[in-house]
Amino acid sequence: MEPTSVLKRTPLFAAHQKLGGKLIEFGGWEMPVQYSSIVDEHLCVRRAAGIFDICHMGEALVTGPGAEAFLNETLTNDIRKLTVGLGQYSQMCHAHGGTVDDLYVYRLAPMEFLLIINASRIDVDVATLQERLCASPHRSGVIFENASDRLGATAIQGPRVAGFIDALFVGPSLAGTTVNTASELKKNQIGAWNWTGQRIWVARTGYTGEDGFEVVAPAALVEDIWFKALAAGHTACIQPIGLGARDTLRTEVCYPLYGHELDEQTSPIEAGLGFFVSFDKGDFVGRTALLEQKTNGTKKKSVAFKMAEKSAPPRPGYAIFSDGQKVGDVVSGTQSPSLNLGIGLGYVPPELSVPGTRIEIEIRGRRFAAEVVKKPIYRKSVS
Amino acid sequence: MESLIDPRTTTFPHSTNMSSQVPADLRYAKSHEWVRLAGDVATVGITDHAQHELTDVVFVELPAAGRKVKAGESIAVVESVKTASDIYSPVSGEIIAVNQAVADNPGLVNTAPYAEGHFLQIRLSDPAEAAALLSPADYTKQIGA
Repeated sequence: MEPTSVLKRTPLFAAHQKLGGKLIEFGGWEMPVQYSSIVDEHLCVRRAAGIFDICHMGEALVTGPGAEAFLNETLTNDIRKLTVGLGQYSQMCHAHGGTVDDLYVYRLAPMEFLLIINASRIDVDVATLQERLCASPHRSGVIFENASDRLGATAIQGPRVAGFIDALFVGPSLAGTTVNTASELKKNQIGAWNWTGQRIWVARTGYTGEDGFEVVAPAALVEDIWFKALAAGHTACIQPIGLGARDTLRTEVCYPLYGHELDEQTSPIEAGLGFFVSFDKGDFVGRTALLEQKTNGTKKKSVAFKMAEKSAPPRPGYAIFSDGQKVGDVVSGTQSPSLNLGIGLGYVPPELSVPGTRIEIEIRGRRFAAEVVKKPIYRKSVS
Repeated sequence: MESLIDPRTTTFPHSTNMSSQVPADLRYAKSHEWVRLAGDVATVGITDHAQHELTDVVFVELPAAGRKVKAGESIAVVESVKTASDIYSPVSGEIIAVNQAVADNPGLVNTAPYAEGHFLQIRLSDPAEAAALLSPADYTKQIGA
């Protein structure tokens, strides 16, 4: 990460101060890592409800008659599957298969797409998209806007959120997916609501493994939405949640974080995200390299693991061993608040990626037994 | 490894705990360890302020008894959910006992930092070092409590 002299602040900065958030630097932003404690906040999202500041994430709008074709030639997933009011997870890759970024795309209107991109990748993504647009045959039919500064976002997540979301966003949707109430949105659907006279977007998506919603709104409205959400969710025990718990929540359900599971040298195939790469939609950047990997296999494969003996929590950068040899690296690791044991994600040769395989994690010079497990590491109990 | 309290972390005045306990009968290191002296034996732990900053201590790695240490040397590692932090010996001497209870139940660091959550005991080789540690008043000033 490049050193930044001045950290950027989200529209919720004052709210974090007011709520006692402990602030850290993340991707050039001054963000809350926790308010009460990571474990407390993590369990609150698993059992009740939490609200996250995700204003640091970037937004890009791609509109016009050429938008669908342009996005389909630069992203990995098949955007033709997106009907109006639907979102999908996708990657943007290099020609060699490495990942520029992973992102969410929503089709807001027939020719209007919203991309939610990683905070640390906004500059790279915008440059890459603009460069590719200039070289695209569809360029004259596409308007591209980096809307990261004028839009903000929050995520409201947890099993009790659907119980109060309709009190927050009142009435039927005005665009996107047509629903009578926000709680009628199904997974990956997005709809528009009115907030003090301005349009906001509410999607049933998230990054925690729990049910929940993400809200994209003009930056000036975000603080009002945030405090109204805390009020609406009060009886559901909603709490503000920092980046610390955001990371433990996503690690338990094995959602990738750019810079950890994915980077410029790592492909979605290696990361186990082949489901989001469509080979039958026509050509796209990276297709040849990714198809070669899918067909012939890769040198490394992403795995989830649990510690099999008492140890310190595994951390990113720790070495993975098998039969006395270093075979890979941990890319994400923590103490799982839900399972109360060390868990992680890492890369190993494919032959060691089968669930049940015994590996070792080196922690400060000592190796501790761990076991490759099926993803996700944590699955919420079906109620 | 990060130091015990990440200097990049900023906590707002009203959210620091004004109520952080700084017992009057202990001496303190700038790096947030405390020392309780009894003759030439020092009991060492981390402060209430430090455990509040760490939150959720999930693992404590202790040294072997018998090890000789110098002041400022890393003697233990405390891990919260978020990060691993070194604990530095405030004094020089020989580690004569470690607190197995805190290794078995790391949450004691959060619940009883000055009692059951202590780390170890050191037989001092240079008692003058202990006298040079921060007084409760100076440590209180340092943490802005």
